[in-house]
Amino acid sequence: MSVGAATGRVVRVNGPLVEVAGLSGVAALDVVEVGPLRIPAEVVSIRDGLLTAEAFEYTGGLRVGDVAVSSLRPLSARLGPGLLGGVFDGLLRPLAEAPTWLTPGALAEHPSGASWPFAPASIDVGTVLSPGATLGTVTTGSGFVHRVLVPPDVHGALTWLAGPGATGDDDVVATVAGRAVNLWEEWPVRWPRPVRERLRPFAPLVTGQRVVDLFFPIAHGATAAVPGGFGTGKTMLLQQIVKWADVEVVVFIGCGERGNELADAMADLTALNDPATGASLRERTVVIANTSNMPVMARVASVYTGMTVAEYFRDMGYRVVVLADSTSRWAEAMREFSSRSGELPAEEGYPASLSSSLAAFYERASRVTTLGGTEGSVTLIGAISPAGGDMTEPVTSQTVRYVRCLWSLDRDLAYARHYPAVTWRHSFSLDDASIANWHATQGRSGWVEARAQALALLAEADRLSSVVELVGLGALPARERIVLLTGRLLREAILQQSAMSENDAYCSPAKQAALLDMVLSVHDKCLSLIEGGLPASAVEEIDLSTVTRARDETGPDDAEGVTRLRDEVLARMASEP
Amino acid sequence: MSAVPASGGPPEPLAPLEYSGASQVGGPLLVVHGVEGVGWDEIARVRLPSGELRHGLVLEVSGDTAIVEVLQGTGGIDPDLVSTAFEGRPFDIPVGDGWLGRVWNGMGEPLDGGPPMLASERRTVNGSPLNPSQRDVPSDPVFTGVSVIDSLATLVRGQKLPVFSSAGLPHLQLATQIAAQANVAGENFKVVVAAMGLTHADAATMREVLESRAASGDLVLVLDTADDPVVQRVLTPRVALTIAEYLAFERDQHVLVILADMTSYCEAVREVSAARGEVPGRRAYPGYLYSDLASLYERCGRIRGHAGSVTLVPVLTMPGGDITHPVPDLTGYITEGQIVLSPDVQASGVYPPVDVLSTLSRLMRKGVGEGRTRADHMALAAQIIAALARSRAARELADLIGADALTETDRIYLDFEDAFYRDLVNQSPDEARTMPETFERAWGVISVLPERELTMMPAASIAAHYRGSLRKADGPAAETGEAPEPSGDDHG
Repeated sequence: MSVGAATGRVVRVNGPLVEVAGLSGVAALDVVEVGPLRIPAEVVSIRDGLLTAEAFEYTGGLRVGDVAVSSLRPLSARLGPGLLGGVFDGLLRPLAEAPTWLTPGALAEHPSGASWPFAPASIDVGTVLSPGATLGTVTTGSGFVHRVLVPPDVHGALTWLAGPGATGDDDVVATVAGRAVNLWEEWPVRWPRPVRERLRPFAPLVTGQRVVDLFFPIAHGATAAVPGGFGTGKTMLLQQIVKWADVEVVVFIGCGERGNELADAMADLTALNDPATGASLRERTVVIANTSNMPVMARVASVYTGMTVAEYFRDMGYRVVVLADSTSRWAEAMREFSSRSGELPAEEGYPASLSSSLAAFYERASRVTTLGGTEGSVTLIGAISPAGGDMTEPVTSQTVRYVRCLWSLDRDLAYARHYPAVTWRHSFSLDDASIANWHATQGRSGWVEARAQALALLAEADRLSSVVELVGLGALPARERIVLLTGRLLREAILQQSAMSENDAYCSPAKQAALLDMVLSVHDKCLSLIEGGLPASAVEEIDLSTVTRARDETGPDDAEGVTRLRDEVLARMASEP
Repeated sequence: MSAVPASGGPPEPLAPLEYSGASQVGGPLLVVHGVEGVGWDEIARVRLPSGELRHGLVLEVSGDTAIVEVLQGTGGIDPDLVSTAFEGRPFDIPVGDGWLGRVWNGMGEPLDGGPPMLASERRTVNGSPLNPSQRDVPSDPVFTGVSVIDSLATLVRGQKLPVFSSAGLPHLQLATQIAAQANVAGENFKVVVAAMGLTHADAATMREVLESRAASGDLVLVLDTADDPVVQRVLTPRVALTIAEYLAFERDQHVLVILADMTSYCEAVREVSAARGEVPGRRAYPGYLYSDLASLYERCGRIRGHAGSVTLVPVLTMPGGDITHPVPDLTGYITEGQIVLSPDVQASGVYPPVDVLSTLSRLMRKGVGEGRTRADHMALAAQIIAALARSRAARELADLIGADALTETDRIYLDFEDAFYRDLVNQSPDEARTMPETFERAWGVISVLPERELTMMPAASIAAHYRGSLRKADGPAAETGEAPEPSGDDHG
């Protein structure tokens, strides 16, 4: 790194856009600090010695002639054992210790001077270590085992390893190939952390949400997009996944969303316990909060910061899910800056680089063999807030091309209080085949057929409803009327799920399969009743409320209970004349 | 905002350097060359040869050039004769109790003939973002005295709940009524009303209705009329919110802020953006409209360790009644629910003409119930909304195939709907209803239904409040339809 002029001067300020002259030795995407408050700004272009940078804080009062200094590094996140359970801004600066009002310069980069119980691994001095090798562990208060690894760019003999005991944030824990390895490390957020090998997605990430797990499942290491207009329950669905996803670490990026909602989500997470560890769910979650009134440019950084944190935990061999709510606000922040810097606009004013930025971001999700040889994954779920609910707008239409799963939220379903309002018409999962294989290994070989049959019935019921609107129910043949009935049962007994109900908020894969089996068995029974000569209207009169209430009246994992209810209903139906 | 320095404040700094002449004037913009040491977003004083003083904000500094947005517009400014001084601070206003009981313009200058606001403490009108980790979850109600809102879409302290309306509907009347009546059951309560782009006739009506509350010193009215300069309209809500934040978080008051009409505000933002030559976004609104609206709406809330709160009710008209128009759309993405007014309900002569099935307060669940309003509140609201969904379906069916084809129960639901609008929703614009009265009326309405229809109500609530069906219940055998599913109302 060449050291050029130590200070430059601000020559232009237009909102977050700052131009600096006279500062050499700065690379594109390096951070410079401008003005007396040393506001961090990321250099986006350098032309004839003139730097164009986007400031991460409010630039009011910044003048032409103010000093600019280079930080000599790109925007980096400080990674270490204090992240879990914390709340950070878009630059990963802790918010918990920050003042109530976030004025420029109010946030300190360094976390408080905490110390951590370091336990060294049993490695002899002199051992040659590769990147990703475990040097030791820190077990945090909630029982999470945090692994301290040889950094990706360090390879060589271990010359010193710290003993067990309290270790400060910036303390050196080992020396490898002459390089000091600290408990905390820094990583430039725009650069993906290296891995040994990318693996194909295989096992499903169980969310406990039936419409996702049964119909549009997501694999560990895959990606999903959740587009939905306002009021369609986007945030609610994401928060359900934050709570119930079967992962070790959750990274929640609140990108340009509501402050009250974030406060509420954090209160919820604190109150709930992780069934796997018994600790509060908050303890497995890292919250990156850039609410809609916080500086716009930090919103761009927040998604990269969140992804870097996720990769950091993935490299320790954990399964991580990243939820970004909402990626539209990130895209809008990019649009705002490109418009200020006079870039030629593409679709709807978004920069032409929108598509490649989205693709690069979603591609950071992965299931991998880490440098250390263990398996880890980062699953990415991004919410999209399409303007006016228009699914053809650029962010939605570009994102859909790069994701493995699409969970589209539908305003009509939401208005009919059908939650989660994921529509089966415009959603997909590209990992259904590999997940079917996984279900087969779990003894649920019928999963793929049941799912296909249910989706076909839903599609047929939709088609028939539009016919019924024209000609009336009476004009339909008996079999078609049964399809309509089953369509309703699928919607009410399976697809709808109450986030407020203790029994229904989470549904285990076994209970999901049992519920689907119940509806399909009832469907078969109805068909056999009409074949036996019972008129369709009589079948429609049968009280099937047991079926629709089963999800709420059996425990979250009570598949046997569902099966018992199924047998009851079938027996009652068999007694029909 | 007055040019007179605050008395008792810090000693006045040396008079800032005045730059004479401008290289460009037009629309709201003034371009000054040869400046030195001017900061972005600082306030400028623009002096005309007549001695008239205008205020401006620095939009951009580049080399020795400053681009200034003149709050009162550049009409009458001769570029050769104008002189501009920069004050080295952002646009700020004095803060204190002196705002209360008075009427101000969008820049904080008196409109009521009284003295200008003077105080030693000042706050910038843009405010600062509230640290999200220090927010407290809103969990107590604000009573508006409007039955349909208090019972079905309860406003919660710290919430932002907009009113979506269309041209020709009485949204201003409703906003004024809420401003005049709202309270938090005896605790410290203040109201700040920011009126943007109002006609003089509407402004006069609003001043008249709010007179008595203003006289008691509980209300601040910041008034920007339709013929005021657009840049001033952009400042109006910021002045109002700065006053509100001070009262809430430094004086422990519960503050309700009403912003009407946000569509006029957004049009002003669009006009200024076009004058700046910015790249237009949807319907030519600037791409940053979302962030701009959020910088206003997110200033509501509660802070841990503070007694006060800021609750926000923005009022907007949907152009052409289109809810996907950028103004309602972006507002809906930021706010926590919406109260929708409907021309259909208006046509049936009901005031306030609320479309109950499109209306939702997402934070209601947190703000009602035992100890806040009443234990049966949430179930009662859910039951009424479910019944309305059922009655609407029955109404549509009756329109298609005739009322004769309806079941007896469906007909009772139609009676219920009539009673609902007549006894619960409809009220006079100057009538403030207490919560007990609203509950009394709500139970009267729901008691039109036979008891077996109240599937969402706990038996204890029915025993305590149900007043019995006026009709004989018909046999359950007549029944095949199903009541709509109960559901969580706070899906976000």
